[in-house]
Amino acid sequence: MMNSYDFRKFKNQLFFILCVVCVIIAIIPLASILFEVTTRGARQLSLTFLTSTNSNGGIGPAIQGTLILVGLTSIIGVPIGVLSGIYLSEFGNNKYAQNLRAINNIITQFPSIIIGITIYGLIVLELGSFSTLAGTIALSFILIPIVTRTTEESLKLVPNNIREASLALGVRNWRTTISVVLPTAKNGILTGLLLAVSRIAGETAPLIMTILGSRYFFQGLNKPMAAIPLEIWRNALQPYPEAQAQGWSAALILILMVLIVNIVVRLASRSRMKT
Amino acid sequence: MITTITQEQNNMTKPRKPADQSQQEIDHTAKMQAINVNVWFGKKQVLKSVNLTIKPNTVTAIIGPSGCGKSTFLRCFNRMHELAPNAKMTGKILLDNEDIYNSHIDPVQIRRRVGMVFQKPNPFPTMSIYDNVAAGLKLTGAKKGKQLDDIVKRSLEQATLWNEVKDDLTKPGTSISGGQQQRLCIARAIAMQPEVILMDEPCSALDPIATAKIEKLVVELKEDYAVVIVTHNMQQASRVSDYTAFMYMGELIEFGETSQIFENPKETLTDNYITGVFG
Repeated sequence: MMNSYDFRKFKNQLFFILCVVCVIIAIIPLASILFEVTTRGARQLSLTFLTSTNSNGGIGPAIQGTLILVGLTSIIGVPIGVLSGIYLSEFGNNKYAQNLRAINNIITQFPSIIIGITIYGLIVLELGSFSTLAGTIALSFILIPIVTRTTEESLKLVPNNIREASLALGVRNWRTTISVVLPTAKNGILTGLLLAVSRIAGETAPLIMTILGSRYFFQGLNKPMAAIPLEIWRNALQPYPEAQAQGWSAALILILMVLIVNIVVRLASRSRMKT
Repeated sequence: MITTITQEQNNMTKPRKPADQSQQEIDHTAKMQAINVNVWFGKKQVLKSVNLTIKPNTVTAIIGPSGCGKSTFLRCFNRMHELAPNAKMTGKILLDNEDIYNSHIDPVQIRRRVGMVFQKPNPFPTMSIYDNVAAGLKLTGAKKGKQLDDIVKRSLEQATLWNEVKDDLTKPGTSISGGQQQRLCIARAIAMQPEVILMDEPCSALDPIATAKIEKLVVELKEDYAVVIVTHNMQQASRVSDYTAFMYMGELIEFGETSQIFENPKETLTDNYITGVFG
């Protein structure tokens, strides 16, 4: 019979082993995805592949399209999302904000295909054409609620005594929010932004119903456009091995782009003050 | 449960002693004066007709058991209690004979004149030591550049922290010890050149050595400011203060010179508290 100390020690070890096993199980799919995509996608990577159109064996328009889409969506969505998050966290102690928060949380859970079909009805049918504009709006609908939510959550983690310290100095409310609370929550907000941007970069369903896809480089906000997720999807459906290989390469490019954006933003925002 | 509610309602509906309001005269020599202050959080009344006079260049200690309303009372002096949702207040608080609750007065302006130091050291975590001290002046747009350097140095000197941090001004404000952080917070309050400094149990999170430093500092500060310090440490009150107010259950039981309160209290409640019968 084990005594109670040994039993607790045993439980502790058992729990630790369980955690390690679960981490390994969680890593397997991620690692296998990265392995598959890299081995199958790296082969046909070349400058031509990155810059030329489909007819010349490249995915240039798709890369350009994704950059434009993500860029435009961020320009529209990030300020709106961050400001909404600030409102909900710092000034959201009322009925209106409570309802807003509830609705926002529901939209965050929406399947993206529903957002796609909504924009299809609202914009594509109205304008009579699939367009970059419609794609940007659809992705903004996905981005804004996520950014709002993560910004609010990050700001709420800032201890109240930091706000009080600033207000007690006679600093105005908006100034306290901008100069004291926001910098304190910066890392959390940034993580939320990166997660949201990474998510919209890979969205496919709403793009099928809004930008459609294109064989050409960007032709205008009111015209269809290519994007990497669409490229992957179309190529994967093709019976030809060359097309499938292109799809793998496009997938690798998408992963790399998300990775690079993450690293660059992290480096650029790294705190100058070291402890 | 039922009895508690009834008691609270009684407190709310009970007519104020009319004597309080009429007898309380404005003391024109006072730096600050609380007249008939009542505060409610929701339906719960936490301060009941409190009157107190703060004289310039003195240290006034507010003592009393936990939950007696001393922190709430302190926060009335710079309108910080208004930040709590559903806080309600009646009565007057005069600063240089002007009611800071007048409708045309901006609470932000009051907080620039009445500084505050909190229970737990709360330097701004994203700012350097220098920026922490300069924060008030920078964020209110009051001072810039070279002028700022002088004020930061002077404030840190006055808070007796300069010698310890003068080579580390660019390090984060949170990188120093708890006692140093609290003196940093005092320097931050001093930098605004306020007229009154409120301290809400500034030593309760500190060790005895850091506490001794802060206490010495409090006594020095009264040369330039009126200081109000809330503490539940009675020895501390007797060491640092000139006047002491004893509060119990939201009421000010007794107020007078510190020596009188501790050696010769008029009220039995005060006597019981300082001799340790309760609290």
